[in-house]
Amino acid sequence: MADTVVTLSARGAVRPRGRAPRGRRTLTAYLFLAPFLVLFLAFVVTPAVSGLWISLHTWNELLPLHPFVGLKNFIDLFSPDGLYADDFWESMRATGLFVVLSVPCLLVIPLGIALLLNRRVRAGGVFRGIFFAPYVLGVAVISVLWRFLLDPQLGAVNALLGADIPWTVQVPWAWVSLVGITVWWTLGLNTVILLAGLKGISADLYEAAALDGAGAWRSFRSVTLPGLRPVMTFVTTTTLLASANMFGQSFLITRGAPGTETRTAIMYIADQGLGQGNMGAAAAMSYILFIILAGVSVLNFRLQRDTTR
Amino acid sequence: MTSTLDRPAPVADGPADAAARPPRHRRSFARALPDLVVYVALVIIAAAIVVPLLWMLLTSFRTDFDTVTRPAVPIPDPWTTDAYRTLLGGAAPILRWFANSLIAAASQTAIVLVTASMAAYALARLEFPGRRIVFGALIATLLVPGVVFLVPNYLIIDRLGWLDTLWAVIVPGSAGAFGVFFLRQFFVSLPGDIEEAARVDGAGDVRIFLRIVLPLARPALATLAVLTFLTNWNDFIWPVYVLLSPEVQTLQPGLSTLEGSYQTHYGIIMAGAVIASVPVLVLFTLAQRQIVESVANAGIKG
Repeated sequence: MADTVVTLSARGAVRPRGRAPRGRRTLTAYLFLAPFLVLFLAFVVTPAVSGLWISLHTWNELLPLHPFVGLKNFIDLFSPDGLYADDFWESMRATGLFVVLSVPCLLVIPLGIALLLNRRVRAGGVFRGIFFAPYVLGVAVISVLWRFLLDPQLGAVNALLGADIPWTVQVPWAWVSLVGITVWWTLGLNTVILLAGLKGISADLYEAAALDGAGAWRSFRSVTLPGLRPVMTFVTTTTLLASANMFGQSFLITRGAPGTETRTAIMYIADQGLGQGNMGAAAAMSYILFIILAGVSVLNFRLQRDTTR
Repeated sequence: MTSTLDRPAPVADGPADAAARPPRHRRSFARALPDLVVYVALVIIAAAIVVPLLWMLLTSFRTDFDTVTRPAVPIPDPWTTDAYRTLLGGAAPILRWFANSLIAAASQTAIVLVTASMAAYALARLEFPGRRIVFGALIATLLVPGVVFLVPNYLIIDRLGWLDTLWAVIVPGSAGAFGVFFLRQFFVSLPGDIEEAARVDGAGDVRIFLRIVLPLARPALATLAVLTFLTNWNDFIWPVYVLLSPEVQTLQPGLSTLEGSYQTHYGIIMAGAVIASVPVLVLFTLAQRQIVESVANAGIKG
C-alpha cells in the first residue's frame, strides 16, 4: 500500500509536466543522499572491508610493519596451540552461557508482564512507562548502582537477606547477578513490543475459541501464542543478538571475575584489539563472532517458521 | 508510521475506557485472573524496578558513615548534600563530562537529523538509478554486529587525528543506517497529493523537502532525535577506548572512573549516577509515548 503511494506520486510528479529532465532528477537524488553516503562510506563500508584486510595480517598497533599472513589469524583460533585460541573460546563460552541463561528470562518475564498489561488495567500506561524506564539509563549507571547494592559487606541486598553472598566475585552468583541485572534493566523493551503484538490479535479469535469451549489455558495456547508468532520471532532474534553482544555488565560489574570466567567475547575482542593492540587477531575474532551470530539468527528464523507450519 | 505516531493511546491506557468497560466476554489466560491479583502483581514488579533507583537517589544524600553502618535502610540520617558539593566542587571533572556528553549527544543528533532526513527523502520520494543498491547496502550493514567495526574504526579515527577528541564520539556513530530507515518508513507513508500540488505550482525538490515533507514529519523527527540522543548519551564501549584524557571523557566512562577513585564512598558515586541519569529520565518522561511506541512498532513491522 505504502509503496503504491510512492510510485504514483513519483510518476505523477515527473511525467505530466516533464518539468525536470531525468538526468537532473537523478542528480538531485544523489545530492540529497550525498552527506549521509559520505559518512556511511567512511565509517561503515570502509571499516567493514578494512576489518577483513586487517584480519589477514599480523597487525600489532605497536609494531611498524604489518606482514600479510593470509588466513593464519583464523586458523590459529581453531588450532589448540594458537596463541589466543583458549582465551577466545573461553570468552565465547561465557557469551554462550549468558545467552542461554538470559534469553529465556528476557522472553518469559516480559511476556507475563505484557499479558498482565494487556488487560484493561487502570493506569496501564503508567506501569508501562515505569517498566521501560531503566532501559533508558546507561550501562555505567546501572552497573555502579548494582555494584553498590550487591557489595558483599556493605550492600543492601545482602543486608536485607541477612546473607553474605559473593554476588559479583564467585560463580554461580556472578551469573545470577549478570542475568538478574540485565533482566531488571531491559525487560521493558521486550514487554512493550510483546504488548503491541498482543493488541494486534483480533478479539474475534478469542470469542471463537470461547464459543468452542476453550478455557483460559487453551485459548492462550491456541490463540495468543500463534498470534504472537511473528512478533516473537523478531523479539527472540533481537534478544539473542543483544545478549550475545553483552559487554558493559561484565566489564563493569564482575570485571570478568572470578578469574576470566565471566569475560564475554566482546570484552575479550575489545581488550585484545584496542587494549593490547592485537588488531589482526581481534579483527579475525570479530568476524568469527559475526558469522556465528548470523548463523544463529538464520537458524532461529527457520525454526520459528517451521513450527508455524 | 503516520498512523502509529498519531494514533490515539491504546485502549488499555484510557482510565475512562476502563471505567466504562462492558462486562468481559473475552477469556484468555491472564483475563481469567481477578483484577486485584493483576494489580498486586503489577505493583510488585513496579516496586522491584523503582526501589533500586530510589535507593540510588537516597544514597546520594547520605553520609558515608550512615550508608555503611545501616546498609538495609535507604533513608538518609542525617540528610546531606555533601556528595554533590564534593563532586561539583571539582573533586572530579564531572561538570566537564556532563558538558562533553551534552555536546556529543546534541551534535550527533543534529548530524543524524540532517543527513538521515535528506537521504530518506531521496530513497522514499525520488527515483534514481542505483536506489535498490543503496537501499540493499544499508539493510546489509544493519545485520553486522558493532564489534566488527571496533578495530577498523579506531584506526580510521586515529588516522583522522580524532583520537581523544569529541569528534570520535560524534561522527562515526552518526553513520548508522537506522535513522535513514526510520525516516524512510515515515516519508513513504506520506500522501502524495500535497507534494504534487506544490510541484504543479513550480516548487522544486528542495522546497518540497523543506516546506512540506519536513514539517509533516515533525513527530518522526522528534522521535529519532530522542532515540539518537539517548543512544549517544549512554554509549559506553566506544568512548572507553577512544577517549583517554580525563577532560575529554563523557559521563558514562567518567562514572566508572569515579567508581575507581571513590571506592566505597557510595554517596559520591551514587550522586554521579544521579547526575548521569537525570537528563535521560527527564527526556524519557517528556517523550515517553513516542519512545515506547516507536520501539513497540519496530517489533510489529520487523
